Amino acid sequence: MKRLIHAMLLGLLLATTAQAAIDTYEFRDEAERERYRTLTEELRCPKCQNQNIADSNAPIAMDLRQEIFRMLEEGQNNDQIINYLVDRYGDFVRYNPPVNAKTLLLWYGPAGLLVLGFGVLTMILVRRRRVEKTPASNTLSETERERLAQLLDKKDS
Amino acid sequence: MKRLLMLLPLVIFLVVAVFLYRGLFLDPSELPSALIGKPLPAFSLPSVEDEQRVITAEDLKGKPALVNVWATWCVACKVEHPVLNRLAAQGVVIHGVNYKDDNAAALKWLSEFHDPYQLNIRDERGSLGLDLGVYGAPETFLIDKQGVIRHKFVGVIDDRVWREQLAALYQELVDE
Repeated sequence: MKRLIHAMLLGLLLATTAQAAIDTYEFRDEAERERYRTLTEELRCPKCQNQNIADSNAPIAMDLRQEIFRMLEEGQNNDQIINYLVDRYGDFVRYNPPVNAKTLLLWYGPAGLLVLGFGVLTMILVRRRRVEKTPASNTLSETERERLAQLLDKKDS
Repeated sequence: MKRLLMLLPLVIFLVVAVFLYRGLFLDPSELPSALIGKPLPAFSLPSVEDEQRVITAEDLKGKPALVNVWATWCVACKVEHPVLNRLAAQGVVIHGVNYKDDNAAALKWLSEFHDPYQLNIRDERGSLGLDLGVYGAPETFLIDKQGVIRHKFVGVIDDRVWREQLAALYQELVDE
């Protein structure tokens, strides 16, 4: 029993060291730390697809964090770092995809649908108002009135 | 005109239905490689068998080949291995990239399960893997004789994948 507890404690200890190993980067200043944070949050882990590389525990995400840190150290700017990853993994790794022919629908589709919806709504409203305002639809012409009277007479007799 | 307008909801429904139906059969874990049509990234790494022997991208030129990223820690690679052995026996050129692996374990694996690789690159730190955009072994690249990456397959190559997808592509490269 005692041995089991010891083993469990050791396991716990190892677990904490492993956890700590993830974030031992030393940044030169606060701005760089901030850049590291935005970059790792904005870039997507290629393996575990619905996580960014800051959150993911996949080995590939660890490698990419390391790589981003290395490039920050080298003094590369954000665009360079993002391009480096896009060159290898494609636009997929960006949670903030660029506007191009492929992503046009993604970027402007919702706005387009909204405009379309408003268009249809205006059309319906305008048409309804026109119907209400036109007096012609409520009154009968002379010939129509005669015909109505005729019909009513016929029914009476 | 009015008739047509009444058909509009049906048309919209059909368009959406087609998209969603297609979506049912897409595999979201399959990323299009950003490297298709580009030459193999430059590298200079030792071979698995001999640390003194340096392999570069130049060494992979000359013949179309499969470049298979594998590791002993990768469970799926074990499933794939016999298939690669069979393909190698049929004369398909296969190069290996031993990705982030323990070299001794890799050597043991190759002697136990047979070695299908002509060149076996030792990528212990995963630098070549990173340049290739590898995100999980096994991954296999098809390169032509100029060393240009023409196709990428993520996952286990089994007989069916080979027959239905890769064999024809490989043959095309051989015939070029």
